[in-house]
Amino acid sequence: MIIRPLAWQRIVWVALAAMTLFTLVVLFFIIGFIASKGAHVMTPEFLFGMPERMGKEGGILPTIIATIYITLLAIAIATPIGVGSAVYLTEYTRESPVTSIIRFGADALSGVPSIIFGLFGFILFVIRLRMGWSILAGGLSLAFMILPTIIRTSEEAIRAVPYNLREVSYSLGGAKSQTIVRVVLPNALPGILTGVILGMGRSVAETAVVIFTAGSSLLIPKSLFDPARTMAVHFYILAREGLSMERAYGTALLLIVAILLINVVAYSLMFRLTRKMR
Amino acid sequence: MREKLIERGLLLVAFSALAMLFLIAYFIFREGVPLVAKVGVWHFIASTHWAPSRGQFGILPMIVGSLEVTILAVVIGATLGLSCAMFLAEFAPRGSVRVLKPMIELLAGIPSVVYGFIGVVVLIPWIRRTFGGPGFSVLASAIILGIMILPTVIAITIDALNAVPPLYKEGSLALGATRWQTLYRVQLPAARSGIIAAFILGMGRAIGETMAVIMVAGNALTMPTSLLEPVRTLTSNIALEMGYASGDHQAALFATGMILFVIIAILNTIALVIARPRT
Amino acid sequence: MAAKISVRNLAVAVNKRLILTGVDLDLEENTIVSVIGPAHSGKTTLLRVINRLIEAQRELLRSGEVLLDGREVRRLDIDVLRRRVGLIFATPVPLPGTIFDNIAYGPRLQRRHHHHQLHDIVESSLRAAFLWDEVKDRLSTSALRLSGGQQQRLCIARTIAVDPEVIMMDEPTSGLDPISTAQIENAMRELKRRFTWILVTNNVKQAARVSDRVAFFLSGELVEMGDAALIFTKPKDKRTDDYVSGRIG
Repeated sequence: MIIRPLAWQRIVWVALAAMTLFTLVVLFFIIGFIASKGAHVMTPEFLFGMPERMGKEGGILPTIIATIYITLLAIAIATPIGVGSAVYLTEYTRESPVTSIIRFGADALSGVPSIIFGLFGFILFVIRLRMGWSILAGGLSLAFMILPTIIRTSEEAIRAVPYNLREVSYSLGGAKSQTIVRVVLPNALPGILTGVILGMGRSVAETAVVIFTAGSSLLIPKSLFDPARTMAVHFYILAREGLSMERAYGTALLLIVAILLINVVAYSLMFRLTRKMR
Repeated sequence: MREKLIERGLLLVAFSALAMLFLIAYFIFREGVPLVAKVGVWHFIASTHWAPSRGQFGILPMIVGSLEVTILAVVIGATLGLSCAMFLAEFAPRGSVRVLKPMIELLAGIPSVVYGFIGVVVLIPWIRRTFGGPGFSVLASAIILGIMILPTVIAITIDALNAVPPLYKEGSLALGATRWQTLYRVQLPAARSGIIAAFILGMGRAIGETMAVIMVAGNALTMPTSLLEPVRTLTSNIALEMGYASGDHQAALFATGMILFVIIAILNTIALVIARPRT
Repeated sequence: MAAKISVRNLAVAVNKRLILTGVDLDLEENTIVSVIGPAHSGKTTLLRVINRLIEAQRELLRSGEVLLDGREVRRLDIDVLRRRVGLIFATPVPLPGTIFDNIAYGPRLQRRHHHHQLHDIVESSLRAAFLWDEVKDRLSTSALRLSGGQQQRLCIARTIAVDPEVIMMDEPTSGLDPISTAQIENAMRELKRRFTWILVTNNVKQAARVSDRVAFFLSGELVEMGDAALIFTKPKDKRTDDYVSGRIG
């Protein structure tokens, strides 16, 4: 039986649509499942309370604080380095062996699995540099993990700035550095910010790196050198040790909500700022 | 002059990514190489006995475990991912793509531990009911990993399909071919290198994934002989034992990391070479 | 009197293509000089060589001299040169930001001004460009909302704000309506006392309206240069005659 081409296309369309639908169903299922089981746990006592009995009871406040500290530190380190690298790649050089090498470094770094960052962070920051399990060690390791993302998005954003804007600055007597700071970067800000915020999302979700560099202490971290347990790590420990399924769901829901918010903010910021440039 | 200083400074900053890469490689290798030298490369890679307390560091079960899980995950992820990418790139109504694509990218934002957890709570019981066995298995790991690499595979494949010159597509349609025929006979072959690169990068992701796998794989130290048996991957091995390892044991874990690093470097290089646009 | 700008035997090649050959010309101070000629004659390149904007190009080869007040431009500090010789592009390019910020951009690069000084500079520049009355009430609105003609006058005001000696304009009114065009030509005439103007234009009539001297370029070569009155009525070179009467172009 020969199937006519158009009929065949119909069949294929249905099959592909079904696959896509399946993917979306999985996504919504995951979020929905966690939400349904974790929603009732999201009480103020949970969000602002201290954990008791190793997390079996009580709240998750220290983990929220830890997550915020580590993520902010990672961004604070990765953004200047990432934007600086992107500026150098776009403004100061033409395509050359040097730029290829630099770009290779960034690309290769993005392929390194998180557990290796964890191992590396452990041996270098925690042990050799004697930081111990600390927010500092965690932030540094995370920073280099998200660095390639920031370089890539910043480079794209900077390249997108039209060349004639730079020429205007040059013909008014602007030096290169002045042109970059006063014209190029402000114009590239939406794209750069998006990359930074996406890096934030990755930091919040990351577990393997953090658990080996920041430890798993449930105390509220007071300094950069204190160990800390982030939400993702806490969730992992709760789930794996079977300490409290309820609180595990609650932590997971908070994690997902946070990451979702971060992504939404990133995209809407990009939209709004690009429109303001028009 | 001040400008020159700024330029030199930024050059230094730009090399930091590269410097980090070398630093990572250096430290991992520095810890791992002595151990491999000590127990012998052959023993390390080919022995099936992993018993740190007795000085045995054979990681073959983990290598096989990682490969099995990864290859199956890529099969699952590639099938699903290619279908989604084809649908989104060619068949979905324009407006819906703008909504669907970010949604699929949301999948990438879900923490790996959450995937693992869902796997434990939903997937494992299902496998147990449907296929028998302990549930914690190669199959469970592959399914979870396959889903996790979807956003990567889909995004790169869509880019590869979009990069095909519109001329090819228009030429085929002008000759009377249907959109599917055009896709199948013209666009897919033209985008082949990009799509393969997508698969290989997905493979790199899957083999490097740790947390989700730990939760659903079972982590038994045996060579997996069937899809339903529990398995331990290279990454799980490191993550599980790092907490209490010391001395040679710890070094062996670094050596495992070394192997992982090399495998992924090879995969990424292959992807780079394949994806290089041909004139 | 020594010329404000002197070009001696200038030849320029970019990406292995010859753009200008053997150009010799003098520009007197406080005159309006039009550079006319068909497309791809090298007119824009001439401007960009004078303010050295062309040096951003790769594979640039040049020989000959370009002198500003007797000194070779390549020996001057490049930032200072560009302040002394301003350039206005064919399509107006306002910087994203307020009208005030646009005009104040140049002076702010020097970092030497207090806010009231800046305001004075902004006002006098906008007045000189005949734009003050139209925008004086909305200096803190976005410059991108101005019309094409207003934006171009904004660019002129922006250039005036850094107090140049020479202002070069590259087909500034090619996309503008007649009224805006007239306003800009008016500004040029009024400000001749302050600046020396170089106007690149494809519009022969415009050149006839405003210029003191005219230079005719064809395929990278300076064919003829003379007083405006003579070039259009009694050109010495047949090619000039062909161009101004519309036989070629």
